Amino acid sequence: MSEYLVDIKNERLSFFTPAGEVKALNDVSIHLREGEVLGIVGESGSGKSVTAYSLMGLTAYPGKLIGGSLYFNGHQVEEMTDKEMRKIRGNEISIIFQDPMTSLNPVYTIGNQIMEAVLLHTDKTKAQARDRAKELLELVGINEPEKRLRQYPHELSGGMRQRVMIAIALACEPKLLIADEPTTALDVTIQAQILELMMELKDKLGMAIIMITHDLGVVASMCERIAVMYAGKVIEYGTTEDIFYNPKHQYTKGLIRSIPRIDAKVHERLIPIEGTPVDMLNPPKGCPFAPRCEACMKICLREMPPVTNFDRVHYTQCWLNQKEEMEKGAAK
Amino acid sequence: MSEKQNSFIQVEHLQQYFPAGGFGKNKKYIQAVDDVSFTIGRGETLGLVGESGCGKTTTGRTLLRLYEPTGGRFVYDNEVIFDVEKKQFVDMLPYRKRMQIVFQDPYASLDPRMTVGDIVGEAIDVHKMAANKQERYDIIIEMLRRVGLNSEHANRYPHEFSGGQRQRVGIARALAVRPEFIVCDEPISALDVSIQAQVINMFEDLQEEMGLTYLFIAHDLSAVKHISNRIGVMYLGRMVELADSYELITRPLHPYTKSLISAIPIADPKIAKESKRIALQGDVPSPLNPPSGCRFRTRCPYADERCAHEAPVWREVDRGHFSACHHIDRLE
Repeated sequence: MSEYLVDIKNERLSFFTPAGEVKALNDVSIHLREGEVLGIVGESGSGKSVTAYSLMGLTAYPGKLIGGSLYFNGHQVEEMTDKEMRKIRGNEISIIFQDPMTSLNPVYTIGNQIMEAVLLHTDKTKAQARDRAKELLELVGINEPEKRLRQYPHELSGGMRQRVMIAIALACEPKLLIADEPTTALDVTIQAQILELMMELKDKLGMAIIMITHDLGVVASMCERIAVMYAGKVIEYGTTEDIFYNPKHQYTKGLIRSIPRIDAKVHERLIPIEGTPVDMLNPPKGCPFAPRCEACMKICLREMPPVTNFDRVHYTQCWLNQKEEMEKGAAK
Repeated sequence: MSEKQNSFIQVEHLQQYFPAGGFGKNKKYIQAVDDVSFTIGRGETLGLVGESGCGKTTTGRTLLRLYEPTGGRFVYDNEVIFDVEKKQFVDMLPYRKRMQIVFQDPYASLDPRMTVGDIVGEAIDVHKMAANKQERYDIIIEMLRRVGLNSEHANRYPHEFSGGQRQRVGIARALAVRPEFIVCDEPISALDVSIQAQVINMFEDLQEEMGLTYLFIAHDLSAVKHISNRIGVMYLGRMVELADSYELITRPLHPYTKSLISAIPIADPKIAKESKRIALQGDVPSPLNPPSGCRFRTRCPYADERCAHEAPVWREVDRGHFSACHHIDRLE
């Protein structure tokens, strides 16, 4: 047994493409407790979705887990068979996807799709499942649930469809909800509604949430812990306060600096992170961020930095931090 | 009126209805843009924000006559581009040299079978801007340099570039004819966060170097606030508020603008936890059949009888601060 609900240790996952091996996850460790909200931020291709999908056993071909252990709620995910996995998927662990337009089946009614999850994982009868579906629609704030149950996805707006997705995900009161960019396709006012709903439901049902997003604004208001990913590695991990007020890694610092602030009075020039994202087929030899890093040292280009711990929670993978901590230690 | 006469760009009562089925009396129209008026001074940036389907993109495209306008007047540098009432439409070809557009999706807006050099060079050919091959090549290279690419990129194809680089190519293409006015249609939405700041800075530098005027369309209010001198907010085809960008953010008058600003996730955990969202109920109504009177009334917390009967008048509430709402005086 672990003290955590989710405990991913040293996960390595590669996609074996015709062009060569893409190391999508390279030594990723993430954990969270029950009822905790963890945000994973990073650019496209940094491995944030892949991490979450692998926890659900949803790694797509030609991806393959090649190392590490994935623990979830008493299960050792990497050892489970497909059949065992199907039992917990949608039951103990659920996911909502980015695009509510394509993740609902257009030829089935809303009611049908919610009932499917209920019927699969409980021994409720059809009539009971229907009642449960109605209840769920009310829970996610959809009016006239009776009518909506008979409607098809195309009859609903984007925000409504995302609510339906959440209803399906919550059908069996999961322990962990993975939200993969749940509001990226939605407008700001609708995004605010959905985020509020997720937080409300979290308090009501006590589930843990992994929030995958590239929007630092979304994690700032929702999450307790944040993992910043870059090129298949967690380069910084800490509490929300650590990440926003005391970022240590150059990438995190740059990311926070580069967002325009809405409350800025005078026009200040933005400070971007120069360069382009890593080519995952030909990653640099040392630290993947080194080619874009302002404080790049010789060793950064040769070797991947080890983990530097600042306290029990906060850590980075950066040579500069390593050096600073060493000097601090030596001074003492 | 004197300010209006001096304005570089004057848009008056712009209307764009798209036919959407039906015959004769029953013919239906999507009222994408309805009665939108604004001006832009030379060298100024006007931001246009709003949720999807509010008509901001249609406004930009109609001005460039990528859609034929169904109503209104557009005066560009004291020359009438179109005046629908007087059935006056000029030949656009000479004006295409002066007005250009940068599209949202850098993946879809570049021809995959043309080299980057030819993509940028096409406009030069159309407008016969180069006397010979050498001159054409020189212009192409200069444009690529301006956007931070170099000469070796000219012979490559779009698929060899990252999203941010492709957007640079799209910008170089727009710049090739040395325009005065550029419609930037969500140019940063498809880019990674760390790249967005690079592109925003580039837009600012180019504006300074080449004296450009921008109509900057986006749904990300923080980015628009950063780059724009003034901001217009649209809702369901109508402009609801227009003001200096700092004024608009700090002292919004229209209830829609207020809720829009409050819905923006702020990338600062302390502020995010304190700030109160003004949650809007429901979804945006269909532009096929917009609500009578004020179009925002179905979601507005202050709506009353009058809003249903009477469309609010677009007026200058304060110096340079325009809005259309019956209840502005009450709300302040």
